[in-house]
Amino acid sequence: MWRWFHQWGSPKFFYHRSGVLIPVLALASGLILGAGVFWGLLIAPADYQQGESVRIMYVHVPAAILAQSSYAMMAVMALISLIWRLKIADAAVQTVAPIGACITLLALATGSLWGKPMWGTYWVWDARLTSTLILFFLFAGVLALRNAAGQSQTAGRAASVLAVIGLLNLPIIKYSVDWWFTLHQPASFTLTDRPAMPFSMWGPLLMMVVGFYAWFFLAWLIRLRHELVKRERRSDWVQQMMKQ
Amino acid sequence: MKLGAMKPQRRNRLLLILGLVGGLGLALTFVLKALNSNINLFYTPVQVIAGEVPMGARVRAGGMVEAGSIRRSDGSLEVAFIVSDLAGAAFEIRYTGILPDLFREGQGVVATGTLSQDGVFFAEEILAKHDEKYMPPEVAMALDATRQDPLQP
Repeated sequence: MWRWFHQWGSPKFFYHRSGVLIPVLALASGLILGAGVFWGLLIAPADYQQGESVRIMYVHVPAAILAQSSYAMMAVMALISLIWRLKIADAAVQTVAPIGACITLLALATGSLWGKPMWGTYWVWDARLTSTLILFFLFAGVLALRNAAGQSQTAGRAASVLAVIGLLNLPIIKYSVDWWFTLHQPASFTLTDRPAMPFSMWGPLLMMVVGFYAWFFLAWLIRLRHELVKRERRSDWVQQMMKQ
Repeated sequence: MKLGAMKPQRRNRLLLILGLVGGLGLALTFVLKALNSNINLFYTPVQVIAGEVPMGARVRAGGMVEAGSIRRSDGSLEVAFIVSDLAGAAFEIRYTGILPDLFREGQGVVATGTLSQDGVFFAEEILAKHDEKYMPPEVAMALDATRQDPLQP
């Protein structure tokens, strides 16, 4: 297991082995997202109260789920980078931060567009919305710190420490709707209860979630491979690759 | 993975980070506990009745719109209704303006405004709260007919 861990920690090994995943992820995300959009926007029923506006859910919910789990992945990479000083983990933190920031912004924007017709306001400072905005600032902060001071090692460590500390925000986002009175509704999906919507709605929603994840890993992988080549440009394996 | 098997340097870094996150987590927990009432978006009917809401200050209060309590005036946008917590506590809200689409009996609302001396809440803005249940209109109609919730067996 350690051997496996060390192998994949090597930029050269990672770069050469991860290439095959790109077409797989590209095809998967294209097909799943396409089918999910078709199913969710055209076939799935309207809601008894929200009408057609319910369809915003098919973008908002996957974006919000991905925003939080991509943060968790970034924090794990930051932890590995801090403890084992793996260069690839630091590159992973740097490359996932802008993707996470965009996804969080998408969740905030779609939620805001849904909020106006349903709640009557684009924005309200309740615990769920505010903690999600903080998530966006955390992504932006990690990105800004990482790129500060000419991409030095110190900047990488500072960014990683912020990323790990920011983990504390995740349970706050998750439980904000239970701990406090918020305008945002509580979760429709829990591990213990049946979903609070029929299959004709959660089916396309699940498909969109899977599609978002496939797209996310595709975007991350492309950025990470690019970053690795850039960082290792003086090493033998990159020089050799460039000659070919 | 055993801690003892790690190189001492790495183990120390792991413990340092865990300690840092743990300490900050503890501090954050206390801060959030202390700020609990400030983080809540609105006052509940119980708090309104108990006099916890400062008179005349601009605050938010919310609850469920009680069935049959909505009174609209002819020729103006004025509306008055009772919100309750479905457990006995209730107060009256008066509002002039356009209500959100989701406003109806049995719906949760959050009103921004001021509480008067006689316990009536004068709202400047009404927000509708949406619950976590989603269903197609046909299902909702069938449900109305039989008064049974298919989502909660």
